[in-house]
Amino acid sequence: MIKVFKIAQGLWAGVPKVVLSGILVLTGAVALSAVTPCEVARASDDAAAQSTTMAKIKAISSTADHSKFEELKGPFATGPDVTKACLKCHTEAAKQVHKTKHWNWDVVNERSGQRLGKKNIINNFCGSVVSNEPRCTSCHIGYGWKDGKFDFAKQENVDCLVCHDGTSKYRKFPAGAGHPAYTPSEWPAKSGRFIQPLNLADIAQHVGPTSRRSCGMCHFLGGGGNAVKHGDLDVSLINPGRYLDVHMSPQKLNFTCSKCHGGEKHLVQGSRYTANAKDMSGIDVPGRTDGSRATCESCHGARPHPATANPKLNDHTDRVACQTCHIPEFARGGYPTKMWWDWSTAGKLTPDGKPLVIKNAKGEVIYNGMKGDFAWGANVVPEYRWFDGNVKFTLFGDKVTGDEVVPINKYGGSANDPNSRIWPFKVMRGKQAYDKGLQTLAVVHTFGADDSAYWTNFNWDKALTAGMEAVGATYSGKMGFVRTEMSWPITHMVAPKEDALACESCHSLNSRLKDVPGLYIPGRDRFGLLDTIAWTIAGLTLLGVLGHGALRYWMHRKEG
Amino acid sequence: MQRIYIFKRFERFWHWSQALLIVTMGVTGFEIHGTYHWLGYETAQSTHTTAAWFLIGLWVFAIFWHFTTGEWKQYIPTTENLLAMMRYYVTGIFTHAPHPFRQTQLTKHNPLQRLAYLFVKLLINPLIWISGLLYLYYPQWEALGLGWLHLGDVAMVHLFAAFLMVIFFIVHIYFATTGHTATSHIKAMITGYEEVDDGDREEDAKGAPSREPSV
Repeated sequence: MIKVFKIAQGLWAGVPKVVLSGILVLTGAVALSAVTPCEVARASDDAAAQSTTMAKIKAISSTADHSKFEELKGPFATGPDVTKACLKCHTEAAKQVHKTKHWNWDVVNERSGQRLGKKNIINNFCGSVVSNEPRCTSCHIGYGWKDGKFDFAKQENVDCLVCHDGTSKYRKFPAGAGHPAYTPSEWPAKSGRFIQPLNLADIAQHVGPTSRRSCGMCHFLGGGGNAVKHGDLDVSLINPGRYLDVHMSPQKLNFTCSKCHGGEKHLVQGSRYTANAKDMSGIDVPGRTDGSRATCESCHGARPHPATANPKLNDHTDRVACQTCHIPEFARGGYPTKMWWDWSTAGKLTPDGKPLVIKNAKGEVIYNGMKGDFAWGANVVPEYRWFDGNVKFTLFGDKVTGDEVVPINKYGGSANDPNSRIWPFKVMRGKQAYDKGLQTLAVVHTFGADDSAYWTNFNWDKALTAGMEAVGATYSGKMGFVRTEMSWPITHMVAPKEDALACESCHSLNSRLKDVPGLYIPGRDRFGLLDTIAWTIAGLTLLGVLGHGALRYWMHRKEG
Repeated sequence: MQRIYIFKRFERFWHWSQALLIVTMGVTGFEIHGTYHWLGYETAQSTHTTAAWFLIGLWVFAIFWHFTTGEWKQYIPTTENLLAMMRYYVTGIFTHAPHPFRQTQLTKHNPLQRLAYLFVKLLINPLIWISGLLYLYYPQWEALGLGWLHLGDVAMVHLFAAFLMVIFFIVHIYFATTGHTATSHIKAMITGYEEVDDGDREEDAKGAPSREPSV
């Protein structure tokens, strides 16, 4: 029976002209089920079987064995010394890196004209990079960005190892402005635990392509710890099971990040600032398309579901992003992600003057005197919104009154715009400092050994005075806390197809898309008045005929 | 009482397969609409679509059959006996009054049936098919020059037509019980033979060449 349905479904999927369809069905034109097959889906199983072989080939595919290079014998005192050695052969590498977002943390969004990038935005996690550089720039791909005077033009400031380490041993010191530890260094401060210096020569001799781990050391640990920031990126993706990510799992395709986020000259594709919310160029073919690979459509095309699937599925790709169905939840890897951060409650200390830390039954820190209250979420159902690829940030200087929830970023798009699709988002909410007098988000000097840093003496006024000064503003002296929300499009942790959302998830009264406006969704949307009137008439009709029948029965019995 | 062969084999096949498909479409359609949960949305949707194609196929074939056999004439509306039929259902039927209409192969349907079936064929069915096909081919609207349509409006028309069908269905089922016995019309739709009052109108009988001896 199921097979019959499948054949019949295949039939109508393959018939392009409405008029012809009815006749064709009757004449049994089964051969018409010529729906564009999904080559990728079919190829994926083969690819999984070959992944082990591929890994072996990859290991010997380079034409250079870096352990044989005289330049890399070391010893190296510092990271920049390693970079100088790298640049002897890779003469253009640093110049290329200097042009990237990874280096500058400074991007002009061509669509909105806004100056974005980590250097310019204020988020609702730790706030801002400015005035807190040594801590924040431990994720920068350079060495020594410890204040506003960093030399972005210096080639040896580029950190080659952080991306190309093949030993999995390279790690920057958390507060080292991008440098690793060169001497035994205590971390966290006053903890009695020490991070030991690395054997830089050994790491330099084992460089290679980027890996999930090397990218992840910054992107998985964004916001100061594993899983904190993104929700769809955490250390579980270093070695993900098939259920967690079908593309990156070694059991399946074993993709590294750069398989999709590729690019030439160190320019990495895929950006939240200039996202491609609806890729119309189809499967990417070198020389024929734009060559970017960081969308699902780059490999799967615009009609990705094979002929054996429900043909109606492909009809969704115009309005629904692939991620919406194929990433049913985020933070699925066993690590909760931060969902709420309330800075307004920060500052509580223990009797001996240390920040108070409270954990819940699951071991999650729900209060930290340095940072305030937190809430965490695992296996979180995303929130869904229209998205056209445009984003507008509330930047420093933009008016913030404190009366309403401030969107740290706002994604464009609507049902009326054919370039918009419904996307899943992690929405990070919280309360953060703002300057009541200037009516702007506050730049808070959080980190540093000086007297004004918030984490040094827990004085907001001092921290704001220093923070605002760092961006050339004068703190008004009056601060408050404003509710903010920041949205993160979810695009990683793609579940296997059997775990993708079922139709009911959206086509039901309790729909996941219940708050997405502007679109009629069968099963979600009703016509209350028509339903009521029509069912009433149908009910009265039924009563009428039943009454008529009862009367007939009664009259005939009376007659005998 | 005599038995007259009224419904030909194709008509009976058409009637019952159509009945099955329409019930299937109603049951799955209202689940898609969210009226209840039974099969699950995807099963309901795929069954609905599959049944729709079978029904469209059947419908196309039935139109072909009606025109080639001339049976389309059965649906020409008439006012003759119309009031009498209405009077019969309002009063006569309760008192064993004689049925004002006599079925023959040339006139299978009484004037009320003619009107009702014509309404189904000219209004409900086209409404349901056109809105349904538009609904199904929603992604192609731009290409077909129908970009100005709204899915919600099309869905509403489709639902409205479905409700008309539901109401027709209720009445139709009931009237199926108004024969000589509660099941005689239903039997006729299965066997093809309708029980008809013995009449003196020989001219009617002429129209029924396959008429069988009365029982």
